[in-house]
Amino acid sequence: MDKGTIFKFHNDLDTDQIIASQYLLLPNLDEMKSHTFESLDPDFSKKVKPGDFVVGGENFGCGSSREQAPGVLKALGVKAVIAKSFARIFFRNAINIGLPAIVCKDLPDDVKTGDTMELHMSEGTAVANGKTYSCTKLPEYMQNILNQGGLIASLNREEE
Amino acid sequence: MGETIIEKIIRHNTGKAVKPGDIVTVNVDRVMIHDIFIPFVADKFEEMGFQKLWDPDKVVLIYDHLVPASQQDDTRHFHVGDAFAAKYGMKNVHRSDGICHQLMTEAGYVKPGNIVFGTDSHTTTYGCVGAFSSGIGYTEMASILGTGTMWIKVPETIKVVIDGELPENVMSKDIILRLIGDLRADGATYRALEFSGSTIENMSVASRMTMANMAIEAGAKCALFTPDEKTAAYCETELDEFQKSLVGDEDAVYMKTMTYKAEDFVPVMACPSQVDKIRDVSELQGETIDQVFIGSCTNGRLEDLMAAAEVLKGKKVADFVKLIVTPASRKIYRQAIELGILDTLAEAGAIITHPGCGLCCGRTGGILTDGEKVVATNNRNFLGRMGTSKVQIYLASPKTAAACAIAGKIVMPE
Repeated sequence: MDKGTIFKFHNDLDTDQIIASQYLLLPNLDEMKSHTFESLDPDFSKKVKPGDFVVGGENFGCGSSREQAPGVLKALGVKAVIAKSFARIFFRNAINIGLPAIVCKDLPDDVKTGDTMELHMSEGTAVANGKTYSCTKLPEYMQNILNQGGLIASLNREEE
Repeated sequence: MGETIIEKIIRHNTGKAVKPGDIVTVNVDRVMIHDIFIPFVADKFEEMGFQKLWDPDKVVLIYDHLVPASQQDDTRHFHVGDAFAAKYGMKNVHRSDGICHQLMTEAGYVKPGNIVFGTDSHTTTYGCVGAFSSGIGYTEMASILGTGTMWIKVPETIKVVIDGELPENVMSKDIILRLIGDLRADGATYRALEFSGSTIENMSVASRMTMANMAIEAGAKCALFTPDEKTAAYCETELDEFQKSLVGDEDAVYMKTMTYKAEDFVPVMACPSQVDKIRDVSELQGETIDQVFIGSCTNGRLEDLMAAAEVLKGKKVADFVKLIVTPASRKIYRQAIELGILDTLAEAGAIITHPGCGLCCGRTGGILTDGEKVVATNNRNFLGRMGTSKVQIYLASPKTAAACAIAGKIVMPE
């Protein structure tokens, strides 16, 4: 079970808001991560703690193919992103780098920034404000990639 | 049972009939990496322990977002890219020829029926010639570079049928914007869009390209157009039986069908700051603007520049407006010189820039600041896309954009 604080964002949150284009030229994710969600909340990177959760609405992570979007969230220690739905490329990128992207239809409308959430990955449930929500399970293929810690670990495993 | 175009392409690639929801591993025909992501792809490739590329000829590296460099650090990406290409024997490197999505089809890297991935969300563009193409991240790209394969979930297909003749002042940009407005930003997520109907058949490959380019703005995995005589001429190839078969079967299963009459389309704009916030231009008239941008992988082709030149011929850009024109490739740039298009535009007061992504991705060549408004022909109007997060971006067709440049405010194209 993982427990952390929720940071809540809106529908159709695009990858430019997660990490703006001008920071993609910085040499690595550690230098980029302080600019995460900068246009929405310039202090986000100072407030978020390892183990916290990002909660979005519909179509989370739409827009560009930049893998740095899930990358900076993982670098900041975000445990998982929970949303009503995800844009396709963000979803693949997140799983490939080992950041759980979890579809949960009902939870996002009921929570706000600052609420505490528990995530029970193996059971596929999340608990917030005393209520239990069920999440959609990943296809087995993606679950395997995630369980092994991402695509690189999964490829290395195949070679062995 | 019948098949949609995407199902035919995947069956041809894998040798097995598929249905939506199946997870299959495909053999990749071509990949594209651009300058922003090459350092990350190179890092991941080595981290994965690969010794060689699966096929150096199938890998295309294009410098476009950072060309020419606007910051001292930008050149690092060229050095990393050049070193990677030299180390692994890649010959397909374009250092200043134009925007990646223009070059992939223009330079002949993509053929009808191919499966292509690129490190850019607008990789959907190559559906204009009947290829299945989609954007991916750099880790997945590194994995393809080593293995030549990629796993995908077979998407459901949304069929879009458009029949009839478009009004004079409407371009294919207006069609795709209207469609994105109807579908919303996530209406086609995980799905393929498949276009058909007489309007589509009569359309140039360039116009189809504009539409395929923007399919991602409705979340689509890919957009597919049936290859025809025009496609064959554009790709400088003769269509084989498989390529000719890339039409949706009558008994194929579609998630839904959307039907439009071409005569019903009007000039539209995507208003700040969502691509699915579509309004008729007639409702927005009078809004004053600071800048107009005509270019990008969405609308920087010869027919787009020609359409703008027709509007601007003998007229002047409003004196407080900067009109920036960016041809999508060097080839287009030269054709536009030869046809006198660039001269017409320059005479009207346009600033003509080198081919590249600079302004569209907010890096160089016309960045705006708080409170400024721009009418632009590119594909995204997200906050902060072309300058600060308080710039207002209206997306429009080249005809509409050119008319606005003259008026200095939002107006209908004639």
